[in-house]
Amino acid sequence: MTTTKNVVACQPENPWLAFTARIQQVRPETPGVATYNLVFDAPALADGFCFRPGQFNMLYLPGLGEVAISISGDPADYSTVPHTIREAGSVTQALARLGDGATIGVRGPFGSSWPMDACRGKDVLLVAGGIGLAPLRPAIYELLANRDDFGEFTLLYGARSPDGLLYPDEYEEWRNAGLDVQTTVDRAHVAWAGNVGVVTVLLDRLPLKRPDDTLLLTCGPEIMMWHTIQTALRRELAPESVYVSLERNMNCAIGLCGHCQFGPEFLCKDGPVFRYDRVSSILKVDDL
Amino acid sequence: MTAATESTPSTHSFLLRDGLQSLIDELSGDGFTVIGPTIDQGAIIFAEIESVDDLPRGWTDQQQPGEYRLERRDDDAYFGYVVGPHSWKRYLFPPLTTVATADRTDNGWDLKTPDEPAPRYAFLGVRACEIAAIKIQDRVFTGGAYVDPIYQKRREAAFIVAVNCTTAAPTCFCTSMNTGPRCKSGFDIALTEIADGFIVEASSDAGEELLGRLPVTPAADDQLDHGERARQQAVDQIQRTLNTDGIRDLLLDNLEHPQWEDVAKRCLSCTNCTMVCPTCFCSTVSEVSDLTGDHVERQRQWDSCFNIDFSYMNGGIVRSNVRSRFRQWLTHKLASWQDQFESSGCVGCGRCITWCPVGIDLTAEVATIRNVPNRALAATSEQEGTP
Repeated sequence: MTTTKNVVACQPENPWLAFTARIQQVRPETPGVATYNLVFDAPALADGFCFRPGQFNMLYLPGLGEVAISISGDPADYSTVPHTIREAGSVTQALARLGDGATIGVRGPFGSSWPMDACRGKDVLLVAGGIGLAPLRPAIYELLANRDDFGEFTLLYGARSPDGLLYPDEYEEWRNAGLDVQTTVDRAHVAWAGNVGVVTVLLDRLPLKRPDDTLLLTCGPEIMMWHTIQTALRRELAPESVYVSLERNMNCAIGLCGHCQFGPEFLCKDGPVFRYDRVSSILKVDDL
Repeated sequence: MTAATESTPSTHSFLLRDGLQSLIDELSGDGFTVIGPTIDQGAIIFAEIESVDDLPRGWTDQQQPGEYRLERRDDDAYFGYVVGPHSWKRYLFPPLTTVATADRTDNGWDLKTPDEPAPRYAFLGVRACEIAAIKIQDRVFTGGAYVDPIYQKRREAAFIVAVNCTTAAPTCFCTSMNTGPRCKSGFDIALTEIADGFIVEASSDAGEELLGRLPVTPAADDQLDHGERARQQAVDQIQRTLNTDGIRDLLLDNLEHPQWEDVAKRCLSCTNCTMVCPTCFCSTVSEVSDLTGDHVERQRQWDSCFNIDFSYMNGGIVRSNVRSRFRQWLTHKLASWQDQFESSGCVGCGRCITWCPVGIDLTAEVATIRNVPNRALAATSEQEGTP
């Protein structure tokens, strides 16, 4: 299912080398969250930066540092590289103060990706929480572009509040293209006519036609993913059909600095996307 | 030196004590910066040396958990000590180094990586456990999908003069880790110190070539016997053991063992063990800019899983207590390292035991867990009816 194109990998001989890119457009998403469309200065990268859904880049503001951010755009669209970013620390806050045209550094793409090939012939279920939809959006684009290759396609998406739901303008288009988008929020306001409650409630009542042949890809807070997975397993999905995207502090992104270790895994190069059975034994160990 | 240049050890030669200076001179003449043991502030550390007079001649180290003292030997041995707080990693994986730079331009930033040539080091006095440690760091920094260019360049340029141990400390357990005390490979030249000189063997083309320029004679049988006895003395002195049978599963099956809580009461989380460890490789890159902010160096500094902010993630600290940080260090070193790099992360040098201010001994901690693993504890508490 992976699209093949003339590809320029952004992987220099020296993995510490970052490439400059310009912020082409900043699109506010939800409170404190915006999508930054990047265009590389180097022409070869500008029309050929290639990544797989679920991978991340290290975005660099000289003098402030780097942050690991998932790529949230369409892998087949080479014109721009979007990153959806929540203001959290000093780098992301400074990034929020930069406007269109500002230059930043980029290293990447890094890490493992969602199992696009394994989706072929299956029903595909995406469960996301909050900003966890961002790393799944490239998978949505790629799967919708190959919609005939698989069966049922569902996105269950939860956020704290209605204004915390990412990319609401796109749901209609996604639905028309064959993705069943269902949303829920923890706290509603009067204007909200949709679901209220945790995302696992949506999963509980979702008809699963063939759980044996359903793939679950989930990204969000660890506790949300944990309960989602337990619900899915109870509904007879196989552990080897479940994929999670995990998060730890990443400093080097190339498996050399030790920060992102999670048991035996380096999240930056072995992850961030794991098949659940690979990490199930360590997911619930406190303070690991 | 690299595996490709390794050759079978040659016949053994003999170098008179007075000839040791010629080894240093030849290495310097070849353009190497010679790094060797020397005494500073009451410890044997590594530094640039020019002469045999810089070496810790006639000194030895007394080591115990949490204890390190230099003492006079009753002879003039140059290498009659064991290991100090330094390891060679500080020259291959420098404690502080610049990995990238950024310079502001009229319309953005100029991002670069440094491309100056690596220093050419000759390491004098590398022990078998330290060769094993270098091989482990080779896998960490150059054996995976991403190669660290700083380590790689320094490593490729390095010349290794190994020295076989003739004495061991109470903290040594290389025999348990199968890393020593005999230097078997991974060096250019190896020395065994005996009363009137050194048994010398070469194990690479570069080593053979250098050996040919030293004032050596073929080693006589009695000299070889002396060398053998000297090396055996170190083997005989090693008392400490670490039972490595199934150690990976033992530790990973006991992540909730009460011993982690026990050791957390003693551990100061000071990072000494990780700083002196010859294989620990954790680091942090941080930004160092000049006053204008127009020139930025990305500096990589040794870091430690014992530092509280090492596991900082947006929203909090993952390993917020000493229990979890000690557990991370020990299970990584002895267990998950095997998953990552197909070897133990421990070479049995004993530095972490000696330099722990409270004398925590990882071999004893593992033995405690092995003697009463979680499952046995669970069985006991069930019998006693406690939850």
